[in-house]
Amino acid sequence: MRNRTSRSCFAVGVIATLGLAATLSVSAAFAQSQKVLKFVPQADLRILDPITTTAYITRNHGYMIYDTLFATDAKFQVQPQMVDKYEVSKDQLTYTFTLRDGLKFHDGQPVRSADCIASLERWSKRDALGQKLADATESWKAINDKTFALKLKRPFSLTLEALAKPSSNVPFIMPERIAKTDASTNITEAIGSGPFKFVKEEWVPGSKVVYVKNSDYVPRKEPPSWAAGGKVVKVDRVEWIYIPDAATAAAALNAGEVDWWEQLPPDLIPVLQKNKDIKVENIDPLGSMGMIRFNFLYPPFNNAKMRQALLYVVDQNDYVLGIAGDPKNGHTCYSYFTCGTPLSSEVGAEPMKSKRDLEKAKQLITESGYKGEKVVIIDATDQPIVHSQSLLTADLLKKLGVNVEVQAGDWGTLITRRTSKEPIDKGGWSIFHTWLVGPDLTSPAVNFAVRGSGQKGWFGWAEDAKTEELREKWFEATDAAASKKAAEAVQARAFEFVPYVPTAQFIIPTAYRSSLSGVIVAPITLLWNVEKR
Amino acid sequence: MDTTIPAPIARTKSVSPTWRRFSEAFQRHPTALIGGAILIVMIAMAMLAPWLHTIDPQQVFPIKRLRPPSTASWFGTDMLGRDVYSRVVYGARVSLVVGLAVAVLSMLFGLAIGLVTGYVRRVDAVVMRIMDGLMSIPSVLLAIALMALTKASMGNVIAAITLAEVPRVVRLVRSLVLTLREQPYVEAAIASGTTLPLILVRHVLPNIAAPLLVQGTYVCGSAMITEAILSFIGAGTPPNIPSWGNIMAEGRSLVQVAGYLILFPGICLSLTVLAVNLLGDGMRDALDPRLARRM
Amino acid sequence: MTAYIVRRLFSTIAVMAVVAFAVFSLLYLTPGDPAAVIAGDIATDEDIRRIHTRLGLDEPFLVRFVGWLWALLHGDFGTSIFTNLPVTQLIGQRVEPTVSLTLCTLVVAILIAVPLGVVAAAKAGTWLDRAVMSFSVLGFSVPVFVIAYALIFGFAVELDWLPVQGYRSLRDDFWDWLRHLILPSVALGTVYVALIARMTRASMLDVLAQDYIRTASAKGLAPNQVLARHAFKNAAIPVITIIGMGVALLISGAIVTETVFALPGIGRLTVDAILRRDYPIIQGVTLIFSAVYVLVNLAVDLSYVFFDPRIRY
Repeated sequence: MRNRTSRSCFAVGVIATLGLAATLSVSAAFAQSQKVLKFVPQADLRILDPITTTAYITRNHGYMIYDTLFATDAKFQVQPQMVDKYEVSKDQLTYTFTLRDGLKFHDGQPVRSADCIASLERWSKRDALGQKLADATESWKAINDKTFALKLKRPFSLTLEALAKPSSNVPFIMPERIAKTDASTNITEAIGSGPFKFVKEEWVPGSKVVYVKNSDYVPRKEPPSWAAGGKVVKVDRVEWIYIPDAATAAAALNAGEVDWWEQLPPDLIPVLQKNKDIKVENIDPLGSMGMIRFNFLYPPFNNAKMRQALLYVVDQNDYVLGIAGDPKNGHTCYSYFTCGTPLSSEVGAEPMKSKRDLEKAKQLITESGYKGEKVVIIDATDQPIVHSQSLLTADLLKKLGVNVEVQAGDWGTLITRRTSKEPIDKGGWSIFHTWLVGPDLTSPAVNFAVRGSGQKGWFGWAEDAKTEELREKWFEATDAAASKKAAEAVQARAFEFVPYVPTAQFIIPTAYRSSLSGVIVAPITLLWNVEKR
Repeated sequence: MDTTIPAPIARTKSVSPTWRRFSEAFQRHPTALIGGAILIVMIAMAMLAPWLHTIDPQQVFPIKRLRPPSTASWFGTDMLGRDVYSRVVYGARVSLVVGLAVAVLSMLFGLAIGLVTGYVRRVDAVVMRIMDGLMSIPSVLLAIALMALTKASMGNVIAAITLAEVPRVVRLVRSLVLTLREQPYVEAAIASGTTLPLILVRHVLPNIAAPLLVQGTYVCGSAMITEAILSFIGAGTPPNIPSWGNIMAEGRSLVQVAGYLILFPGICLSLTVLAVNLLGDGMRDALDPRLARRM
Repeated sequence: MTAYIVRRLFSTIAVMAVVAFAVFSLLYLTPGDPAAVIAGDIATDEDIRRIHTRLGLDEPFLVRFVGWLWALLHGDFGTSIFTNLPVTQLIGQRVEPTVSLTLCTLVVAILIAVPLGVVAAAKAGTWLDRAVMSFSVLGFSVPVFVIAYALIFGFAVELDWLPVQGYRSLRDDFWDWLRHLILPSVALGTVYVALIARMTRASMLDVLAQDYIRTASAKGLAPNQVLARHAFKNAAIPVITIIGMGVALLISGAIVTETVFALPGIGRLTVDAILRRDYPIIQGVTLIFSAVYVLVNLAVDLSYVFFDPRIRY
């Protein structure tokens, strides 16, 4: 173009572009007087109530804003947290607790005995271990605002373990008025006495959650160990930025837009390790365990032989690869209790440990009287761990000559469909896969998947009186040795009855920039003690 | 919208375009030929899949996961050790079937509804409002809802995308019909007592066929892309059965360590959609350059 | 003119009523149950049933539909089943990113596509024309997320010119807002470049063949002046039509873009809501989508009056 207008257009264009380029480079980082920790969580936080839901993301949120009476430390010992001192009567029927000084809720109110009692009562309505404690409880009594007592009907050796439970549901302490909410209704206020405060005005569900340091929090003096010890917050503000796309999250961490990525797909480790400013670590000593869960109501898996057949063909090494990608990030665990914890063993595990035996499995299937009924595996394609297990199991079943179909959906569909007790042709299911974190599988008390409680139990509705009987016996064990033996008995039965098939133990790595220090090594995500340069 | 720019589509001829006209015009449009050739290659690949050095695309080999392309596996292996080359070749089947099925179904339904609304005044207003309503619900959301309703399946994907494309076709057919009604030869036919169905078959359909076909090609390309996007969101065809879209979707987080998971199916998908679009452009230019205005 | 607008507004309401009914019915038939999602992993049947009843999901279809409509007319879109926050607040938080993305995308697409279309029309039939058209179709042939990844890894990670993800509000900082929207707009815009370029070219060709163009050239106007002064204005109408129709397409594409670039927009909100079966959000958002769509089309139709004096309502 030759005329005057076009020349001036061109000039304006050049100046605008230069101006834009200059501003872009200049408007990089603002000097920040506030230390903000930008954290990419494993999921987006939707439900704020850690009692009505067992979702891990809500549990993590709970650890931010609430505090607990006791906590489990890295040596599996129970340590006091909000409690200053406690006494157990000689007959083991009365526990008296005294709270520490200076404990306040975020609305300024002091923490009183009544708050603790109401919170524990609400928690015990939902949590299995809490229910066991409630069964043994005669009463809770507030002696004064800082001291309260628990009176038991009979000795319950797990009382303190229950109050120190690390994973879902955690007995967080809330104000009495909030704790009085019905145990099936979500609470709407997020007020606790923990080291962080929840900034509700800045919460964008599905995108961002904001916490600020609770300057009124009085941490304990001991160094932190899992959720026990002093919870000293060393940053001013924490932002949970939910990035749904893994490639984008990796790029964001690489570019320094976020500081810490809670859980990354193991396959992306090489991408991040190339960056000198990023540390990729396994800070989770217990890891998680995958599992194949059956529907016990209908054929073919209502027959124990059919389930046992899978024990002989599932190769945990394959599942480790499928889930964790690299043998470094996972290992086999032939146990119904988290390997690496006191009650884990390989008692009864021969069917899984021995050389893989397709013929024996086929024989068991024939013995079970399998007539070619359709087996439906419900799959969640948006959950890589569930998805890869589904495909691996489908492959095994095909090799065994089973009529299997994988029905794909998303996680929301899966957890809805698994509630269905209908037969296959009416929308029912035969198998689903899932995984649970280590702390949820450490003992017959917390491991709900190994139980045989039938219609009232976990999805799949496994019914086995023998398992339940052995579980009760475990609760009656009086010392560590007896406890271990009783747990072994439960496991031996589990390998016969096969409530589920454990597929692998894996650790989901975490990655954070080297400007962070003080990241706590624990099976739960904890954000205190972290410093940012 | 109620108003569309009126334009005389067919001149005075009421005879369907001959194939000779088609092929002559094609020779003048080499891009269309290229498009057609690519499409034929892809269709051939889909049909001959078992004989093209492929293995079972669903067979998992966890030990061989994430191997880069080599002489053993030409396109590498994915996160469960499945052979990417085999998946891409078989994936052509699903992608092409989705594209073609959506194109054909939306043309058929669009034609039927468009003819009715074009001719029956009373139904027109109601049906067009429903079409507007359908158009305002993004196809992606419809597909996710359908998938959430039952399970991921090819049928759901085809249904959802078709539902979203039909209103546009209805609009096109309707405006064509409205214009054609005013044509002198149609009025003459009515005056001489020809029944409605006969008018439709003899005068209306032949003149609609061309633009409809052209629109069909665009719908086909768009449907294949939409299928990829749906797989990306997690509402596409069941991922164990490969389609170009869901191979890419499953491998999306690994793009930096195993880029070939997106590269090969991506090239195939893009080439095919490009081919279909070029074909459509060529057909449109060949049949009537004035069509360009409304497509 | 006023009568026309009134008539159109009435039909708008009719359309939205259709959509509302369709969406509500669809959700009612969905076997998915938010109660199961809320209850969590170790819930028992009783828990789920209790939550189900508390959410009012037991009541018959008409009761729920009428109840919802009634609340709607009072401006109450209900509360999210999961977060217990009002739907209006949740949507309100997310409107800005999506609208920003949509506007920037349209600007990018128009800025690239219209010149392309004009050039192609001016040199119609030549290799330049074919090349331009094929190039623009390329944008249409590659899925949005592939383009998005390419842009992220190229410009944000390797070159470090632009941020990878996230959104800054316009109220906070203009330049930061713009920086965060550049890559997403370009990614999403490539899809529409093809559409708009094609439309522009076609309609320009049509106009250029008109008699008054020949008259203008005969009068001695330079070709560029002819293009700018006469052709373009008249060619604008179909282009605006496409823009109107593009709104629904834009929302589909926005969903993917918002996911990849982690923009807290309405697209993602809706997808998440559908997958979690958060009914109030799904119903509210769909209604708003269709309202926006229909209103945009009304605006488009009204704008014809300015572009083409022949059109009168």
